Amino acid sequence: MSFVWTIAEQHNGKLRDVSFELLARGRKLADKLDTKLASVLIGDKVSEQSMQQLIQRGADEVYSIQDPRLENFICESYAKVLTTLIKTYKPSIVLAAATSSGRTLMPYLAIKVNAGLTADCTELDIEEGTGNLLQTRPAIGGNIMATIKTPDHRPQMATVRPKSSRPLAEDKTRAGKIIAVPVTADMLDGRVKVLGYRKDVTDFVNVEEADIVIAGGKGLKKGDNFIIIRKLADSFKGVVGASREAVDRGWIGYPHQIGLSGKTISPKLYIGVGISGSIQHLAGIKTSEIIVSINSDPDASLHKVADFGIVGDAFQILPEIQRRMDKRNGGAK
Amino acid sequence: MKIIVPIKQVPETSNVKMDPETGTVIRAGVETVVNPLDLYALETALVLKERFGGTVTVLSMGPPQAVKALKEAVAMGCDEAVLVSDRKFGGSDTWATSYTLAQSIKKIGGYDLIIAGERATDGDTSQVGPGIASWLDLPVATYVAKIESAEDKAIVVERLVEDGYQILSLPLPCLLTVVKEIAAPRLPTLDGKIRARQMQIPVFSTENMELDAAALGLKGSPTKVVKIDTPKVTRGGTVVKAGDDESIVTAVNELMTFLEAKGIL
Repeated sequence: MSFVWTIAEQHNGKLRDVSFELLARGRKLADKLDTKLASVLIGDKVSEQSMQQLIQRGADEVYSIQDPRLENFICESYAKVLTTLIKTYKPSIVLAAATSSGRTLMPYLAIKVNAGLTADCTELDIEEGTGNLLQTRPAIGGNIMATIKTPDHRPQMATVRPKSSRPLAEDKTRAGKIIAVPVTADMLDGRVKVLGYRKDVTDFVNVEEADIVIAGGKGLKKGDNFIIIRKLADSFKGVVGASREAVDRGWIGYPHQIGLSGKTISPKLYIGVGISGSIQHLAGIKTSEIIVSINSDPDASLHKVADFGIVGDAFQILPEIQRRMDKRNGGAK
Repeated sequence: MKIIVPIKQVPETSNVKMDPETGTVIRAGVETVVNPLDLYALETALVLKERFGGTVTVLSMGPPQAVKALKEAVAMGCDEAVLVSDRKFGGSDTWATSYTLAQSIKKIGGYDLIIAGERATDGDTSQVGPGIASWLDLPVATYVAKIESAEDKAIVVERLVEDGYQILSLPLPCLLTVVKEIAAPRLPTLDGKIRARQMQIPVFSTENMELDAAALGLKGSPTKVVKIDTPKVTRGGTVVKAGDDESIVTAVNELMTFLEAKGIL
């Protein structure tokens, strides 16, 4: 019986939310195929409790590969581990998150195991009759949705856009098997060394994994005005995004950039402030659950794709929203 | 240092228009450009060449018209260019594309570094760069935002990841994909344009390359496109006007009610 696999992601031994989002996707596919769902967890000293979490969120089995040399993501080693596992267990489907590591590991791995791979899927389903995986992804800047299958190669591999699905609720009664896979020398590739991590705390953000993103554009007129966006984003427990125009003007750092030459996001709520909505920017936000646009130009393209738009002066509207949020959050400021 | 930069010719995205009748992309008359994200790869390669000496070879797989993209890269300062073109390569997915490009890079040979753009703005997969590295069994670093140091045998880079920057040391030869943050691309020079115009660009094809015929083009591609849909462009949302104080309060009221109804607040 060939299982459905998801590749769990951890950082410093802690599971990332995308690991659970993938399990929600995988559970649905495994149920349709009447097979089991397994999660592969590569890292170092990840707790038994974390592995149980994977089971409580949908996995039937967890393959645990733990070694100090696998603590950090190194594409070549992770690919070797997975090549060994895939050759041993022959899964029919392997899903990973479309993150910086997933989008590096999966194309590297797909070549090694001679498999087809579809990038950044927003929908996955099983084809009636054949049992093939149907992989749907936005292409050409989100202007089309392409559905892709891999009829003759196994496993069928896909990366899934973060936040494009919600994790299943935790079910403490679920039981599953944890299989510790011993690490052998042929699974390690010593060529690349991780020297460390650098985090610019003052101006760093993970827009891809945020539930709420408030983005500013050219209409903010100057970089200092991002303070207004930052404050509002804090009240919403969200993060700050930006259009290319704002980043190119040096108003805010590149990690904030959303769109074709930046990040693609699927948050629950996106609010665009003073963003006209170029095709490139829209490509990055189209799969957001709710789009709100605030722009003084009634003809701004962003208004046309918005679920809710306000035509007006952002510098008057944002303080009003801020007042409501302050009230809600209980702090009269 | 010998650097190879694979680039792609793409439709200029600001010109992508949808046919409202058929819901398809209008391709006729659309300008093509060098994939904007490849310009950062070209700039990174040219900066390294200026610092350490050596050559930059630009490579593109595509129809004969892709020569235009190659000439633009030469005009920016690349020393050599190769077009990888054959009808048999048509319809390649990322697996077949990375195979064909990897074989082309083997044929060029003698390289220290391959630098690619993060992804192409049309296909938007980010898969071909790591795919080439895998075929050539080279170490890879993706989303590189900074090159810390480059020596004879190793390169130290910072790659942009979810929680900051991961600092990696890679032995040469290796493959990097770079993001916009790494450099501001230069413009073509007049001298460069003249050189590009005069340059005869060699064509790699099934005639002069070692290729497994079963791994080429549409037939050799594991993934098959079964359906293309056009998502609804408009969401039919509410747009309210807010001019004076009163209408601002009303508009924000409506927004807050809307967000509450959607379960956001």
